[in-house]
Amino acid sequence: MAELADAVIRIEHLFKEYATDAGPVPVLKDVSVSVASGEFVAVMGPSGSGKSTFMNILGCLDVATTGRYLLDGKDAGTLDGDELARLRNQVIGFVFQGFNLLPRATLEDNVALPLIYRGTPRGERLARAHEMLDKVGLGAYYRSRPNQISGGQQQRVAIARALVTRPRLILADEPTGNLDTATGREIMALFTELNRQDGITIVLVTHEPDIAGHAQRLVRLADGRVIYDGLVEHAQAHHLEKTL
Amino acid sequence: MTAAMLAEAWLAMGANRLRTLLTMLGMVIGVGAVILMLAIGQGTQRQVEASIASMGSNLFIVLSGSTTSGGLRMGSGATPTLTLTDAQAIEELPAVAAVAPSSPGTAQLVYGSNNWSTQVYGTTPAYLAVRDWKLAAGFPFTDSDLRSATRVALLGKTVVDNLFGGEDPVGKTIRIKNSPYVVLGTLAPKGQSLDGRDQDDTVIIPVTTAQRKLFGTQFAGTVRFIMVQAESGEAMPAVEKSMNELLRQRHRIREGTDNDFSVRNLTALANTAAETAQVMSLMLGAIASISLLVGGIGIMNIMLVSVTERTREIGIRMAIGARGEDILLQFLLEAIIISVIGCLIGVGLGVGGALLVSTLSGMAVVITVTSILLAFAVAAAIGIFFGWYPARKAAAMKPIDALRYQ
Ligand SMILES: Nc1ncnc2c1ncn2[C@@H]1O[C@H](COP(=O)(O)OP(=O)(O)OP(=O)(O)O)[C@@H](O)[C@H]1O
Ligand SMILES: [Mg+2]
Repeated sequence: MAELADAVIRIEHLFKEYATDAGPVPVLKDVSVSVASGEFVAVMGPSGSGKSTFMNILGCLDVATTGRYLLDGKDAGTLDGDELARLRNQVIGFVFQGFNLLPRATLEDNVALPLIYRGTPRGERLARAHEMLDKVGLGAYYRSRPNQISGGQQQRVAIARALVTRPRLILADEPTGNLDTATGREIMALFTELNRQDGITIVLVTHEPDIAGHAQRLVRLADGRVIYDGLVEHAQAHHLEKTL
Repeated sequence: MTAAMLAEAWLAMGANRLRTLLTMLGMVIGVGAVILMLAIGQGTQRQVEASIASMGSNLFIVLSGSTTSGGLRMGSGATPTLTLTDAQAIEELPAVAAVAPSSPGTAQLVYGSNNWSTQVYGTTPAYLAVRDWKLAAGFPFTDSDLRSATRVALLGKTVVDNLFGGEDPVGKTIRIKNSPYVVLGTLAPKGQSLDGRDQDDTVIIPVTTAQRKLFGTQFAGTVRFIMVQAESGEAMPAVEKSMNELLRQRHRIREGTDNDFSVRNLTALANTAAETAQVMSLMLGAIASISLLVGGIGIMNIMLVSVTERTREIGIRMAIGARGEDILLQFLLEAIIISVIGCLIGVGLGVGGALLVSTLSGMAVVITVTSILLAFAVAAAIGIFFGWYPARKAAAMKPIDALRYQ
């Protein structure tokens, strides 16, 4: 699908097994996907199909058992812990289902946190955090704490935190999973804007077709395999095909 | 970077204030105990050293007595077997610097309406040299006072204070056992002796005066002990040997019979006392160090709990780009901050405690900059040592495992 030369993500024949007491459990079985710069990809699939496992490998939080993963042209399999940390800090922005904010830190400190790990001075850190909080519509909440705002607002803070390092790629694992439909739609509007206006590549996991409808492209996983990879508009027919 | 880390560590510590304080308390008590114990130990040591310095150097004391009479062995000094001529003979020995025979006794002193009971030493002018004792005022008595057994006296500081108050005693006449004595001079203060006596509570008079006029004795010309100063520390064994031979010969003691005198090496005894004080000081320090160790283990314990509790936070930080060493530094800094702040408070308490002990009990305490710096170095080392393992554990987590931790 993606133009190979311009691929932010290139995955070839990826396998992932988890070691359990009952022996190795294969979760991803020969997954090959490429994502070009500027794409907005939705990942769908039944529960347990390996979506989160896939995202964690994309995010360099976990490593594949076999297969090649090139992120921004670099082979993640050959990088050490510090280099992976640098990629997570500079290339990727994460948004989680559970928000994952630091509960004791203020919103501005939460958003500024990634910048600490690249040695940005405090003044600049805060200035950029404020800029991002303004962007997600939380300009009035710099010094609030996560427990003082709503879930939708917390997810906006998480998005601001993901954006503060100006990443090329945002990975979001069920970002609207904990939110009601209306709030979910607002968050999706934000993602769409980031993709369209700022050209940020987005890979987003969701269960809801409605949410996936914001993306251009859909990757559907089932039992660790890619069973569909194409435009979202065509997927409806594909889905229909499957249920028939 | 480090400033940001410090701020974060501070925040994390503030999040669980009671726990941080309790952890700190372990360090506070440990450091406080070490400072206090070192202060007391070094104080005692210094006091012993001062006493030793005030004793005089390279000293022997030869005690008369230890004779056997009718099957009963008498203790040292019980019977006066040493004489002034013994003392003169010892003075002739090689490597002997000075000899001071002495006849002590207790007597009541009166001046005006004040009276005071004290130890009176009958001795020779050499005594001052042997004891390295200076005069604060006036003059010492001389050999001619010795020959004519004049009634003159040198007063120790405590005696002066008790008899004269603010008055200048030199040239005044005091009464010792109702006889008039002219005060020739006063002795410079020496402080406590090794066995804790006040060395300034004393009066020195010519030994002849003591024998003939003050105490009297059924054995004319005898003294209770003779102080002998060797020329050097190295000469002491030789002096001891030749003194023993000389006195056995002079006292006509046959081969195989016990001495009727005994020679004690005061300097060796003093050195033993100094060593004992040093060992004491070390032991106090060692015992206190154990509490410091316990404090360190407390830090490690809390840091381990903290790492487990904050596993998810560690995962979040790693997900947004923290390297292992960033996480390591974060937890290590927390441990070091806790131990260094605990140490600061501990130093304060230790110093305060030492001053309190010294004012309440009069015990000598010495607080040195070295012991405070040492406490700081140890506290920082403990922070690093006991913080290392938990911090390492945090840093070694895999991002995904940390993030998934429930
Ligand atoms: N750490 C692990 N150890 C062992 N098995 C695991 C581990 N993580 C995931 N699995 C297994 O791998 C499979 C895929 O899990 P994954 O979380 O990727 O699914 P998912 O598609 O994200 O599901 P959901 O939609 O419910 O989030 C599941 O069967 C799960 O039990
Ligand atoms: Mg999942």
